[in-house]
Amino acid sequence: MVGYQKIEGRIPEQEWLSCGHLACPGCGEKLAMRLALKALGKRTILVVPAGCSAVVDGMFPHSSSMVPFLHTAFETTASAAVGVRAGLDVRGVDNVTVLAWGGDGATFDIGLQALSAAAERNENILYVCYDNEAYMNTGIQRSSATPWGAWTGTTPYDHPKDRPKKDMMAIMAAHKIPYAASASVAFPEDYVNKLKKAKAIFGTRYVQVFSPCPSGWKTPSDISVKVARLAVESRIYPLYEIEYGKRYTITLDPGPIAVKEYLKLQGRFRHLTQAEIDQIQHNVDETWEELLEKVR
Amino acid sequence: MGYRKIRGVTPPGQYFLQGDEACAEGAVAAGCRFFAGYPITPASEVMEHIVRRFKDCDGVFVQMEDEIGSIAAMIGASWAGAKPMTSTSGPGLSLMMENIGYAAMTETPLVIVDIQRAGPSTGQATRPGSGDMLQVKYGSHGDYEIIALSPWSVQEIYDMTIRAFNLAERFRVPVFVLSDEGVGHLRENVTVEQEVTVFERDKAPGQPPFHTDEPGGVPPMPCFGDGEKLLVTGSTHDPFGYRKTQVSEVHERLVSRLVGKIRNRADEIVDTDSYFLDDGPDVLLVAYGITARAALSAAKVLRDEGQKVGLLRLRTIWPFPERVVVESAQKCKEVVVPELNQGQICREIERLLDRDVISLPQTNGETMKPTKIIEFVRERAVTQP
Ligand SMILES: Cc1ncc(C[n+]2csc(CCOP(=O)(O)OP(=O)(O)O)c2C)c(N)n1
Ligand SMILES: [Mg+2]
Repeated sequence: MVGYQKIEGRIPEQEWLSCGHLACPGCGEKLAMRLALKALGKRTILVVPAGCSAVVDGMFPHSSSMVPFLHTAFETTASAAVGVRAGLDVRGVDNVTVLAWGGDGATFDIGLQALSAAAERNENILYVCYDNEAYMNTGIQRSSATPWGAWTGTTPYDHPKDRPKKDMMAIMAAHKIPYAASASVAFPEDYVNKLKKAKAIFGTRYVQVFSPCPSGWKTPSDISVKVARLAVESRIYPLYEIEYGKRYTITLDPGPIAVKEYLKLQGRFRHLTQAEIDQIQHNVDETWEELLEKVR
Repeated sequence: MGYRKIRGVTPPGQYFLQGDEACAEGAVAAGCRFFAGYPITPASEVMEHIVRRFKDCDGVFVQMEDEIGSIAAMIGASWAGAKPMTSTSGPGLSLMMENIGYAAMTETPLVIVDIQRAGPSTGQATRPGSGDMLQVKYGSHGDYEIIALSPWSVQEIYDMTIRAFNLAERFRVPVFVLSDEGVGHLRENVTVEQEVTVFERDKAPGQPPFHTDEPGGVPPMPCFGDGEKLLVTGSTHDPFGYRKTQVSEVHERLVSRLVGKIRNRADEIVDTDSYFLDDGPDVLLVAYGITARAALSAAKVLRDEGQKVGLLRLRTIWPFPERVVVESAQKCKEVVVPELNQGQICREIERLLDRDVISLPQTNGETMKPTKIIEFVRERAVTQP
C-alpha cells in the first residue's frame, strides 16, 4: 500500500459554497467545507459553533454557504445538531444530512462533552471537525489538537506545547460509533469518498479533516495544500477509517517522507532543535506502528 | 495579615500599555500567581500578557478547556491558598454563572475580569458594550452579593485590578473587574509605583471558616495544605462547613451573612468620582467605564456653553453607590444615564431615586461619542440657565 495509488471517485462539480466569504487566502477550512458540501449536496443543514467557520461565512452576498446554517454557541455543536435532527424527525423529514461542523477547539475541548454524549447515544448526525490545530479565530491559542512542539500565543517559543495532540480518533472509536475517519484537504477524492460513505450510514459519524491555517501556522498562503500533503506523506496525519470502533483501514499511505520536510515549511515549528525534530520523528514512527497494529 | 505594603514586581516608572495588558500587570503586582484562562475576544490579551509575565515571577498559567473549567480551577486554587484570576467576555461569563454562585456561597476569593463586548450571545465580538452590568450581580441563582469595579482608563484598570484582589481576599467574595472593549483595547500611559498595597488572607487556624460572631462579618479563611481538615461545600453549611441542608435557621443565617457582609460594608467598598457637582447642577450625568470619558467631555463642552451640567462617575458598580447617587441627584432637575446597553444602570438609579431618570442607551457596538450626549442634553434635558 506504500506510494501513490489511483483513488476511485470523482469530485461533484456542483458548488454549494459561493465566492465572497471572508476567509484568509489559503484557508484550509473553506476548502474543506467546499468539498464537504459537494459531497453531501443541497439537502444538508450546517450546524456551526463559534470559530473561523462561523465568522468567515460571508459578507457578500451575506453568506457563502448555499445551504441552511445554524450558528450555535461554541460548546453546543453536537447538541444543537441533535436537536435539528429531532425536529426533522418530528416532522418526518428524513432526506436531510445534519452536518455539525466544528473547529478543533469546538470539538476536542469545549464541545467534547456534547459530542461524546451524542456519540454514546448514536445520534443520527454527521460531525466534521475541521482541524487547524489551534484556536485561530481568537488569534491563535493552543487547543488540545495543537501538536507537540508547536508555537501558539499561549505556548510561546520558549515554552512551546509540551504535550502530544489529543487522539480524538481513538476517543470517537471508543464510543463504538459506526464510522470515524481522518481526511485531508490535500486528498479531495479520499475525503469526498469518506463523506459520501458517511452520508449513507445511520448514526453518529465523525470525520476529522486536516485544514491548514496559513495565518496560524505561519506559512505562505499558497502552500496550504502542499503542507497538508506533506502531513500525510510524513505520516503525521495518517488517513484511515474506523468502523464500529474496531475495523481499522488505512485508506491511503503515499509516504513515508521525513517529518522534517513537513515541519520546516512552518513558522510555528521554526524554533525546534534537531533533537526535538528527531523526537517528533520517533513519536510519529511509534504512532504509525500502533496504527498498523490496529489495522492487523 | 490584613493590608500591608509590598514591593511590586514591575520596576516603577511609566509604561505604555494596552488596557488588557495593564490589567495583567495589576494582577501580578497584587500577588496573583494563578491564572486559569480560555481565549475570547476582546479579553485574550490579558491572558497572553500574563503568560509572558508569569515567567518572571513563577506564576502558574493553565489554559483550560472552557470557561466552566477556568472558574472551577480558580475556586480550587483559591482554597489551596493562591490568588487566582481569569479574564473573559460575554459568552464565557455566561458559562461561569453556576460557579459564581458557588464561589459566593463558599466565600471563595477570586477575580474575574470581564472585558465586555456587544451582546447578547456572540453579538459583536470585537466591539464594546456594557451589557453584563446586571448579569454579574444577578446571573447565578439564589441570593448573594458580589463586588464589581468599573475602570475608565488604562491606569485605572491597573489600579483597580490590584484593588479587586484586595477586596476579594478582604471580603471572601468573587470580584469583577467589569471593563469593556473600549478600555481593554485602549493604549495609554500607566504609572507603576514602587510599592503596592495588598491584603493578605487571615487564616486563623482552628477558627470556624464560615462564621464570625460579628453580625454579617467576614470569617477568616484557612486553606488546603496547612494541615487543617477543611470541608467546603456549595450546599447549606454551618460554621464548620458541615452540611445542614434541612435546617432552616442555618440557611437563613448563612444567606443573610453572605449578603450582609457586603451590603453592610458598602461604604468601605464604594468608590465614585465627580466633576462639576459643587454648584448643584441642573443636569446630572451618571456614567461609568469608557462611556464616562465621553460624558466628561460632554459636560465640559456644555459647561462652556453656560449649562449647569455635572458628572458622577461610578468606579464601583456593585455594591451600588446608593448614598452618593441619591445625594448627588438631590438638587438636579434631570438625571441622564448614558450607557452601552438598553438602560441597565439607569433602571437601578430609577429604583433608588423614585423619580424619572433619563436613559441614553446605545447598543450599536461603538463607544459613545461626546456629541451624542451633548446634543441629547441640549434637546431633551431642561437646561436653560
Ligand atoms: C463560550 C465561549 N468561549 C469562548 C469563545 C471565543 N471563541 C470564539 S471562536 C474561538 C476559537 C475557535 O477555535 P476552533 O474551534 O479551533 O476554530 P477555529 O477558530 O480555529 O476555526 C473562541 C475561543 C466563545 N465564542 N464562546
Ligand atoms: Mg481551530
